[in-house]
Amino acid sequence: MTETTAQRKETSMLARAFDSDIWHSFKSSPITMLAAFIVLVMTLAALFAPWIAPMNPFDPAQVYLMNANIPPRWLNGGDPQFLLGTDDQGRDLYSAILYGLRVSIFIGLIGVAIACTLGVTLGLVAGYIGGRVDSLIMRIADVQLTFPAILIALLIDGIVRGLLKSAAREDIAFGVLVVSIGLAFWVQYARTVRGSTLVEKGRDYIQAARLVGLPAPLIMIRHVLPNVIGPVLVILTINVGLAIITEATLSFLGVGLPPTQPSLGTLISIGNRYLFSGDWWIVTFPGITLALFVLSINLLGDWLRDALNPKLQ
Amino acid sequence: MRFRSGLLAACAAAALALSVGVTSAKTLRYANQGDLKSLDPYTLNETTANAHLGNVYEGLTKRGKDLSIQPGLAERWEVLEPTKWRFYLRKGVKFANGEDFTADDVIFSADRVRATGSNFTTRVPKDAKFVKVDDHTVDVILTSPNPILNSQWDTWYIMSKKWAEANNSTAPTPASAQTPSFSSLNANGTGPFKIESHQPGVKTVFKPNAGWWGKPEHNLTEVIFTPINSDATRVAALLSGEVDIIEPVPIQDIQRVNSSPNAQVLTGPELRTIFLGMDQTRDELLESSVKGKNPFKDKRVREAFYKAIDIETIKSRVMRGLSTPSALMIAPELFVFSKDFKRPAYDPDGAKKLLAEAGYPNGFEVGMDCPNDRYVNDGQICQAIVGMLARAGIKVNLNAQPKAQYFAKVLKSGGYKTSFYLLGWTPGTFDSHNVLYDVMGCRADGSNRGETNLGNYCNPKLDALTDQVLVEADTNKRNDLIKQAFQLGFDDYGYIPLHQQALAWGVAKNVKVAQRADNSVLLYWITKD
Repeated sequence: MTETTAQRKETSMLARAFDSDIWHSFKSSPITMLAAFIVLVMTLAALFAPWIAPMNPFDPAQVYLMNANIPPRWLNGGDPQFLLGTDDQGRDLYSAILYGLRVSIFIGLIGVAIACTLGVTLGLVAGYIGGRVDSLIMRIADVQLTFPAILIALLIDGIVRGLLKSAAREDIAFGVLVVSIGLAFWVQYARTVRGSTLVEKGRDYIQAARLVGLPAPLIMIRHVLPNVIGPVLVILTINVGLAIITEATLSFLGVGLPPTQPSLGTLISIGNRYLFSGDWWIVTFPGITLALFVLSINLLGDWLRDALNPKLQ
Repeated sequence: MRFRSGLLAACAAAALALSVGVTSAKTLRYANQGDLKSLDPYTLNETTANAHLGNVYEGLTKRGKDLSIQPGLAERWEVLEPTKWRFYLRKGVKFANGEDFTADDVIFSADRVRATGSNFTTRVPKDAKFVKVDDHTVDVILTSPNPILNSQWDTWYIMSKKWAEANNSTAPTPASAQTPSFSSLNANGTGPFKIESHQPGVKTVFKPNAGWWGKPEHNLTEVIFTPINSDATRVAALLSGEVDIIEPVPIQDIQRVNSSPNAQVLTGPELRTIFLGMDQTRDELLESSVKGKNPFKDKRVREAFYKAIDIETIKSRVMRGLSTPSALMIAPELFVFSKDFKRPAYDPDGAKKLLAEAGYPNGFEVGMDCPNDRYVNDGQICQAIVGMLARAGIKVNLNAQPKAQYFAKVLKSGGYKTSFYLLGWTPGTFDSHNVLYDVMGCRADGSNRGETNLGNYCNPKLDALTDQVLVEADTNKRNDLIKQAFQLGFDDYGYIPLHQQALAWGVAKNVKVAQRADNSVLLYWITKD
């Protein structure tokens, strides 16, 4: 008896997934499918970069200055060894883009994970407990909302760099970036979750849970959270794109990753110096990659928002 | 109504065009890749800063377009005895705030330039005494002869005693200062220009000093200086006419600027030598994986670093041919026997072998400090060196930053906090003695010697020769002594000279400048049509 229920549940879950509105709206939107395909391919390429890329651009011993500023393979002066040409230090651009994409995706995902965890926790607490705690958290959020996220990230980055005056700066650059991005983006989650929590708090099932005597943290996690997570998913998707852009901006401004470990933003910053001097490929290819990836993620996010919004169906 | 507003707009546009036409006619806009952080003339002994401030402040002597020494605030001078000089000060000179310039200001400046925090302590010997004979005559009494005293003083700028005392600025502002002092934000000099406003990192506005004692050779009514760090932006600003002069033109853009209708590049050899230095004084490097000892104290390690660097590739790739690889710490134009020195050949395998012999078969890690807005393609040179050393097994952690932060860290005022660095040096006197004394001399407490010897390469024999060089009057003997001294530094691998870079100024076609070989952009020789 129990076995058959479990079986039925399993099949029904799979069937439900393929039969759901979300899947149907995914299948009926070719742009979304294309976007998902691009994100998938690029993520896989980035993930397996060490096996796909012809060289490791982060290893200075593999970079030969003699190969600097070589145009893409199909142009005059191109070298068959370098598909998309090389940058000003002789790094193979194709490899550098794969590795850079990897860095960008990692920073985007981890940064957003930090922002999401922090924002959802604070939003839940603020909404559920209310009163002074709510006021305090939300006023902090209001103040932070008046600044653009990039400014917050720059500020945090600057403070950390000022505090850590050591040679280890290069090693911690990654961590600093991730934390700055996390701290810059938590507000949206907190506000969204708080709003939904306020609505859910008055519902009967929460009252019931309280009457039974469940502790507040358990109610928040077990009962409130699953009911407020929908909008969070949408913000999450769009924020991954934003976080990657923020990382690229910081690196472009020279406060992100060091030039010896280029991310997409660093590559664009390097290429910008040569854009008008004829060596257009250094900025163009990383730029296209970044734009394409972020655009695809945003398209996915938009689709998810529409699909999860019952009013639009 | 519509007609009226149209008319108004036309009037406004005409007025705007007129006002722009009038003011921009003689307004010069100048962009450099680096910033002018402090206006205090004793903060940073760096050519760009000295040139900026040389428009506002003046020394007792000056240099002409050919770098020859000329009278400045001192009308003339005499050497009464080898250790006693008399300077006759120019009369009727006023500071920009209207105060008279007198002997008291010279004596005050002599004390201030030698005080803690100054980056110019080698300009004036520590034990020299300044005696006021009258308001416009000063005697300088030295403990040992110094025949080139006057040629060391063109960038020792004279400040007003009253002004400094009234504004709590009697102490020099160190390059490592965290908060700006009054004298780093304001200036009061005797020069042809005065500072109208100064916002570090944003812009500095110069106005002609109407009360200047000399006859102006420029025709400018205003100069606006802005730092533009990005190469592409700086060139775009020149080509679009947004600025009139840029320094430097990135070498990859020289052709493009020259083929543009409204600007051109003025090039020439520069007297600056770019080199690498290594900390040879601490028992343990500040930034290294080697603990308990200092690998740079071992000559084989220094030799290995030298041989691991492929200077010809840096020349052809990073400098696009516009550099002269150098074996010496001085430009060939400034020392006749330069040609007798040849760089040891590029030898990566030899470098590895030397490192293994020294006990580092697997190399080691070391931190490197590098400016990224000071010299031509400095950031790229450092990155290239990181790659070359990586192939010899050395992992270099590069810390490339803007010169304001870089200098604050590595110079004396910051405590020489560096293990391995890139620096450029033009001898202030255009003479070898300056290099041997300031950059290659041993540091010691109570002496100014080796002030810019950031890694404290030290060979007492070299110092003995340097002292002989200072007092030797016979040119041939002097050159021979200089050669011996340079040979010692060369054999010790005390420094790794890289190259002399080329001058490249981008200048709008309606602007005429005098391009001095020390790369000083001096506003008082600029005219604009």
